[in-house]
Amino acid sequence: MTESTIKGPGDPGFSRRDFLRGSGAVAAATALQTHAAAANQEGQAAGPAIVRGETTITLQVNGESKKVTVEPRTTLLEVLRTQLDLTGAKPISHDGSSGGSTVMIDGKPMSASTLLAVALVGKKIQTVESLGGPKPDAVVKAFVEHDALQCGFCTPGFVMAVRAFLDKHPQATEAEIRGGLNGNICRCGTYANIIQAAIAVVKGGK
Amino acid sequence: MADNSYSWPKAEETSALGKRVNRIDGVEKASGRAKYTYDIQLPKQLIARALGCPHAHCKIVSIDTSVAEKVPGVVHVHVFEKAKPGSEIQWQGELIAAIAAESDGAAVEGLSKLKIQYEMLEVFVDDANLAAAQAANRATKGGGKEQTEREPGDDDDEKEFVTAEFARLFKESKYVIDGFYGIDAITHCCLEPHGATVAWNGDKLLAYLSTQNVSGTDEQFADGLKIAADDVEVRCEHIGGGFGSKFAPDYWGVAAAEISRATGRPVKLMLDRDQELKIAGNRPSAYLKVKLGADANGVIQVWDSEHWTSGGATGGGVPHNGVIPYVFEPKNYRRSQINIQTNLGPQRAWRAPNHPQACAITHTAIDDLAARMGADSMDIFLRNLGTDDARRIGGAKPSVYRAEIELAAKLMDWKAKWHPHGKGAAKGSVVDGLGLAIHTWGGGANDSNCNLKIHPDGSVETFCGTQDLGVGTRTAIALVLSETLGIPYTGIKVNLGSSKLPVSGPSGGSTTIGGVSESHRRAATDALAKIGDLVAKKLGVAADTLVAANSRIGVKGQPDKSLSWKEACNLIGMRPLEVTGSFKRGTPSPLSNSTVGGVQMAHVLVDKDTGVVKINKFVAVQDMGLVVARKQAESQIYGAIIMGIASALFEQRIADRASGAFLNSELRDYKLARLGDIGDIVVEIYEPESERSRGVIGLGEPPVISPGAAISNAVANALGVRVPVLPLTPQRVLEALQKAGRA
Ligand code: FES
Repeated sequence: MTESTIKGPGDPGFSRRDFLRGSGAVAAATALQTHAAAANQEGQAAGPAIVRGETTITLQVNGESKKVTVEPRTTLLEVLRTQLDLTGAKPISHDGSSGGSTVMIDGKPMSASTLLAVALVGKKIQTVESLGGPKPDAVVKAFVEHDALQCGFCTPGFVMAVRAFLDKHPQATEAEIRGGLNGNICRCGTYANIIQAAIAVVKGGK
Repeated sequence: MADNSYSWPKAEETSALGKRVNRIDGVEKASGRAKYTYDIQLPKQLIARALGCPHAHCKIVSIDTSVAEKVPGVVHVHVFEKAKPGSEIQWQGELIAAIAAESDGAAVEGLSKLKIQYEMLEVFVDDANLAAAQAANRATKGGGKEQTEREPGDDDDEKEFVTAEFARLFKESKYVIDGFYGIDAITHCCLEPHGATVAWNGDKLLAYLSTQNVSGTDEQFADGLKIAADDVEVRCEHIGGGFGSKFAPDYWGVAAAEISRATGRPVKLMLDRDQELKIAGNRPSAYLKVKLGADANGVIQVWDSEHWTSGGATGGGVPHNGVIPYVFEPKNYRRSQINIQTNLGPQRAWRAPNHPQACAITHTAIDDLAARMGADSMDIFLRNLGTDDARRIGGAKPSVYRAEIELAAKLMDWKAKWHPHGKGAAKGSVVDGLGLAIHTWGGGANDSNCNLKIHPDGSVETFCGTQDLGVGTRTAIALVLSETLGIPYTGIKVNLGSSKLPVSGPSGGSTTIGGVSESHRRAATDALAKIGDLVAKKLGVAADTLVAANSRIGVKGQPDKSLSWKEACNLIGMRPLEVTGSFKRGTPSPLSNSTVGGVQMAHVLVDKDTGVVKINKFVAVQDMGLVVARKQAESQIYGAIIMGIASALFEQRIADRASGAFLNSELRDYKLARLGDIGDIVVEIYEPESERSRGVIGLGEPPVISPGAAISNAVANALGVRVPVLPLTPQRVLEALQKAGRA
């Protein structure tokens, strides 16, 4: 008979995801003490300690100031999805390996699932919803025109990745597009259509 | 008897059918507004997370939840029935307990405080290794069949006769191939994991479920919760991937409802990424040993195979029946099947169940025959088709495949690119190669009911208990209504994704497009007849002279004898006109049909130094009867090929032999194709009048079948060496070269 303490390093069940999301948040938390005024520590004896305590912060999301309540371990993805009704960024993988939660932080594409909300005070956060509205962005329009979506679950992340890539490389060639958008996964297989959509955006000059 | 009161317009007379249009929910999805099950956020909702068993085979001795319950934010701890102390767990990831909490972090922290004692049991996961499976007592006979062209005489012992016949046939064969081929298991890996967000209103349950089966899962919830099906509504507006694994609420969906009932609060329970890969369905592995004999023309005279396959802990796998050998039906064959039981999650029907594996382990043998003969693989495939009168294949007609192969060869420039196996010119360490494979599928229409509402102001909406898996079902329905009523497709409102809507079948087996096209063409034709009667009366003309087109109803060619669509609908009266449309699966109908054929060709580049395979070009020619939504149909074929490229080159479930752990269950390790991996893909829908006139046939499954075999054959053509098991990882390519002394 064996006894196994679940989710400790060395156990088959342990992964970096758990580290980021729960039991291992202590390492990241050291840097966050200043933000999390109400933080307290406990559980020193058994494994990593948990820093907890809620704090209210203000985030700049899609050009608006938003007050949100977070713990040190709360990710940007969780805040967007549960407090701001911005569910375009998707929880596909916790570690950013799918690109499903891609947002732009000060213009740079990043995975919201790997960012802690408290670390983003003062930064410009842009989500896929900012590219929609009555006058959708050229990338959104090109995705629709080239049918670069099927189930659509990966699509918001891909739209953001393409937008960020073309912002940086407005004259991208097809070869550069094929080489530069490999951080996102689509299970339905929309890549061929996405390539065409991105080429169309370059041609349209937007 | 076929019901001939409904029909489709001729190709040259269509206004919407088969046109290339944007999907009606495109902007909503691309800008993140579309709400999936995972996105549903209900007031006071709890978030639940589940703990998967870390061991592949064990007994649960005890579970202590007391510490977990005290974690701040934790509201409820639920221990699953199948994990109660004393229960045996058969695969890693099987859920033990779920914790509902105020936040994700609290739920995960709660899980880390569960104290569980396990008693370890013996593990077996090596499904590729038949000898090991037999030694471990994990292999059982799965049946088989033998058939000979000649019948035994009255005095012959049947067994002896067959043995002698096979010996004779092999002796008379000009070419005999002894081969081994295989394909590892892959997972469904839906990007939106399985799960539900549920809420009770009194004794009624509202369940947002990520499902391919809105009309059927209400009953399944009701059974699990011991309530009436009428008291359950299942909703699914959008689903983040469903390839055959999402037909049920699953025990965790029912648990979400139980936790919600216990806490009096809405609950969301979605599987974690690794749980999705470990427990929510996989495509069985299959490995085959075959000896085949062919005549001087390369026509197969005799096939003798044994394959072993594993559907995981619950058994099953790829059957011999109907798919071994794939499409081709040699006159003499013997085939047997062995099922291997492992400590890995159970299989679930994966897009075109069994066909991709069967194609990958048998069309490779046919290509090896071509290689042995020094012949062009395409010629050998062609010679084994037979003719429409003397068929050597099942499924679609030989003449369809012939036409498709010709078309594909042109698009691929096959003849110019072809070289005998292993005889191409190398560029440094890189060699190129061509391969092909063919496939078939049924795709007949499923049950479908709809309620079509035409309002007096001219607006049109339909209610149908089907779902859109991302294939464009909404758009296809709108196009059928647009075609029939003569109005633009963009203004039509398509309501689907609820079990309270008229019942439609689950979306599996390429049956949805046929079903919804049937119900909607019928309803709209009937509705138009009713409106036509009113218009005829008003204009004083005979109803049978009227046509509906360009948003007008009137006598053809007489603009003064017509009304606008709006004016016509005004005649309906105060209340909307409601018409139902129904179709029952299996009813002969001029609107839909089944059985398609497809051909795929791959051109690859292989680096002999690194073992890396790259897709240069891929051509798919596909028959699908009458095309409804062309752009979306093409997208589905592109998608199927890309999924096929993933399982041909990258994708595999890797399990640790000692512990049974599923080692690559996170996306950083579970390798799928990325955007830069796909090469140039050319999609051609084969739709001559002979096929179009058959009516609508489903497309989801067929194009995903051939990529594995086509790519494997292309690699074999490049190297002159068969890499026997898919995926063709660099390691396997190098091993095969080394074994053949070609490294
Ligand atoms: S569209 Fe379904 S995962 Fe990309």
